[in-house]
Amino acid sequence: MSITYLEAIREAQAKLLRDDERVFIYGQDVGGTFGGAFKATKGLAREFPGRVLNTPISEDAIVGTAIGAALHGMRPIVEMQFADFSSLALNQILNNAGTHYWRTNVPVPITIRLPSGGTKGSGPFHSQSMESIYAHYPGLIVMTPATVEDAYTMLIEAVAIDDPVVYCEHKYLYYHLKADKLPTEGLPAGKARIAREGRDLTIVTYSAMVQEALAVAEELASDGFEIEVVDLRTVKPLDTDTVLASVARTGRLLCVGESFPWGGATAEVIARVTSEGFHLLDAPPQRVNAKDTPIPYHPNLWSVHRPNAKSIAAKARNLLRE
Amino acid sequence: MLQTAQRSSETIKTKAVPHERFLEAFRWMLLARTFEEKLVSLYRGGLITGGVYIGKGQEAVSVACGLFLQKGDIFAPLIRDQAGRSAFGEPLVDVARTYLGSRQGPMRGRDGNIHRGLPRQGQLAMISHLGAMVSVTVGALMAKRFKGEKNFIGLSCIGEGGMQTGSFHEGMNLAAVEQVPLVIVATNNHYAYSTPNEREFACAELVDRAKGYGFEGYNLDGTDLSACLDVIGSAVKRARAGRPPQLLVASTLRLSGHGEHDDASYVTDEIKREPFAQDCLKRADKLIVDLNLVDAKRLQGWRDDAAAQVDQAITTAQKEAAPDANEDWCAISTRALVDQAQ
Ligand SMILES: Cc1ncc(C[n+]2csc(CCOP(=O)(O)OP(=O)(O)O)c2C)c(N)n1
Repeated sequence: MSITYLEAIREAQAKLLRDDERVFIYGQDVGGTFGGAFKATKGLAREFPGRVLNTPISEDAIVGTAIGAALHGMRPIVEMQFADFSSLALNQILNNAGTHYWRTNVPVPITIRLPSGGTKGSGPFHSQSMESIYAHYPGLIVMTPATVEDAYTMLIEAVAIDDPVVYCEHKYLYYHLKADKLPTEGLPAGKARIAREGRDLTIVTYSAMVQEALAVAEELASDGFEIEVVDLRTVKPLDTDTVLASVARTGRLLCVGESFPWGGATAEVIARVTSEGFHLLDAPPQRVNAKDTPIPYHPNLWSVHRPNAKSIAAKARNLLRE
Repeated sequence: MLQTAQRSSETIKTKAVPHERFLEAFRWMLLARTFEEKLVSLYRGGLITGGVYIGKGQEAVSVACGLFLQKGDIFAPLIRDQAGRSAFGEPLVDVARTYLGSRQGPMRGRDGNIHRGLPRQGQLAMISHLGAMVSVTVGALMAKRFKGEKNFIGLSCIGEGGMQTGSFHEGMNLAAVEQVPLVIVATNNHYAYSTPNEREFACAELVDRAKGYGFEGYNLDGTDLSACLDVIGSAVKRARAGRPPQLLVASTLRLSGHGEHDDASYVTDEIKREPFAQDCLKRADKLIVDLNLVDAKRLQGWRDDAAAQVDQAITTAQKEAAPDANEDWCAISTRALVDQAQ
C-alpha cells in the first residue's frame, strides 16, 4: 500500500471526525460529493453528515464563524481553497483569533488549512506561501509539514491544540510525496527534525523545500560534501535549539524558503543563529528564497522564481568554499 | 415566504401604554448614562488612559438589545452598548476595571475601554475592526446547534458605518445561509465618526437590505424606549421561534463626540433639530412623569441608586492593582509551544 501527502490529510480529517464529535470542516466546496478543490475532504461529507459544510466565498466570515464555534466548544477545521485567499481572512485570523487568548484568557482552538506554495502554471494568485505573515503575528502556531507522516500526525495535533493553528500544506507535495503507511505517532509540534545528517553545512528549511534540500544533499554527496538538512516542521514556534545544535556541528548555515525574500522564516532563522550562535559560524549564513516579484505563471519563469535544487546547490557550493 | 422589509414610513409607532419592561429598561439606561458621565469626567481629569466611547442617545436601543437575552444566548455588543451590556449581566465593576486597567478586570489591562467581554458567558469581546463580530456570533450559534442546545439566540450590534464593511456583508449573508437564530441591531446614528450618511451609503433605506440577504427587516425609532422594547423584543421572540434572521435598523443621533477626544463640531444644527436627535433618556423620563408611572421621590431614589452603584464600581476598580511588567507574556495558552523570539 502507498499513501500520498494529500491522502494523509484526508485520512487525518476522517480520523478527527470519527474520534471527536467537536470537529467539523468548513470551507468552499469541501462538502457534497465534491470533496474540495484538491479532494482533501473527498467522501467525508457522506461519511459524516452535517459536519463537512460548504460555505459561501466569504473567507472573513468563514474564519469568524470558526472562531465563534471554537469559543463555544467546537474544534473547527477551516479549509481555505488556496492559501492565497486567506488574505481575505487576515483580519479574523490575526486580529481576532490571534489576539483572543491574550485579551480574554479564553483560547481559540481553530485549525486553518492553507493549500500553499507553487505548482506549475498556477501564477500569482494560486501559489503563495504565507507562513511568514502568520508567524509574524502573535497568537498563532504555524505548521509546515514536509512529509506524508507529518502531514498526518501534525494535522491531528493541530486540532488537539487549544490555540489557533495555521496549517500550511504544500500543494506540490499532494501527489508527489508518498509513504508506505500512516504513522501512529510523530514528533510533537515545535520540534524540528534532522531530515539528513551531515557535518559540512546545515540547510534549514521546511515544507516542499525539504525535498529540494534533500536532493541537493544527495547531489553534493557525490562531491564528498555531507550536508545536514533540518526540517523545521513548525515555523512557529521555531526550534532554535535544534538549528543551533546543527550549526554547532557544521559551522555553516543555509536557509531555504519558498516565500518572498523580504523578512520571513529564513531571515528569522538567520537572525537567531547570528545573535545566539555567532561563534558557531565559520562563514556568513546565507539564504535562498523566491524572487521579490509576484509568482509567475509560465513554467520557464516559475521554475527560476522559486528556489530549486539548482539554485540551492549553487548557494551551497559557494558557502562551502568560504 | 420572507416578509418584505418595512419602510421607514411605517416605522412602528409608540403605543399608548408603555412596554411592560419600560421601567426596568429605564433603570438600566439611567445606570449607563450615569456611569458614562462619570467616565467622561474621569477622562477629562486625566484619570483614564486611552479613549472613552459612550452611548449617549443610544441607551434605549442598547438596553433593548440586552434585556431580552437569557442565559445561553450570545451577545455581541459594540462601542455604544453600555446599557445593553449591563442589562445582559455584565458587572459594572468589570467595566470600571477595564477603563481603569485593573488587573482584576476581564481584560487585565491587556485591552481597554469597550474592547471587553466575557466570552464564556456569551458576551463576545469585540475587536475594533467593525463588522468582524457578526460571523463570530454566527459561529457561536452554530456550535450551540451542533451541541443540541435549544432555545438560544444571538444578537449582534452594528452601526450604520460598520454596516458598510465587507466583513459585515459576509457575516450577514452567512447567517442567512446557516439559518441561525440571529438578530442584528443596526443603529443609524447618522455619523460614522465625522462622516454623514450621504457619504456612507446610497440606498434609500438600510433596512431594505434585509430582503436581499434573506433576513426579516424592521425600522425603529431609537429615541423611543417603548418602541425599542417592542420591536427588538419581538424580533428576539421571532428568532427564538425559528424565524429567519432579523435585521433591525434604529434611527438616532449620536449625542456625544465619536469619542471623548472629539468635539463633534461637524454635527450640523439642522440635524440636531431632527426627530431622531431627541435624547431617548429624556424622552423616557418625560413619559414616566407625564404618565405618572413613578412618583418623583422614587425616581430620585433610582437616580441616587445609580450614582451609588457607579461610585462603588469606580472606587473598587481604583483600589485594585494595575498590571506590571512581570506579566506572563504568552499570546497562546499552550505554554510548551510559546516561541522563544526576543
Ligand atoms: C474596519 C474598521 N475601520 C475603521 C475603524 C475606525 N472606526 C472606529 S468607529 C468608526 C465609526 C463607526 O461608525 P458606526 O459604525 O456608524 O458606529 P458609531 O460610532 O456611529 O456608533 C470608525 C471609522 C474601525 N473600528 N473598523
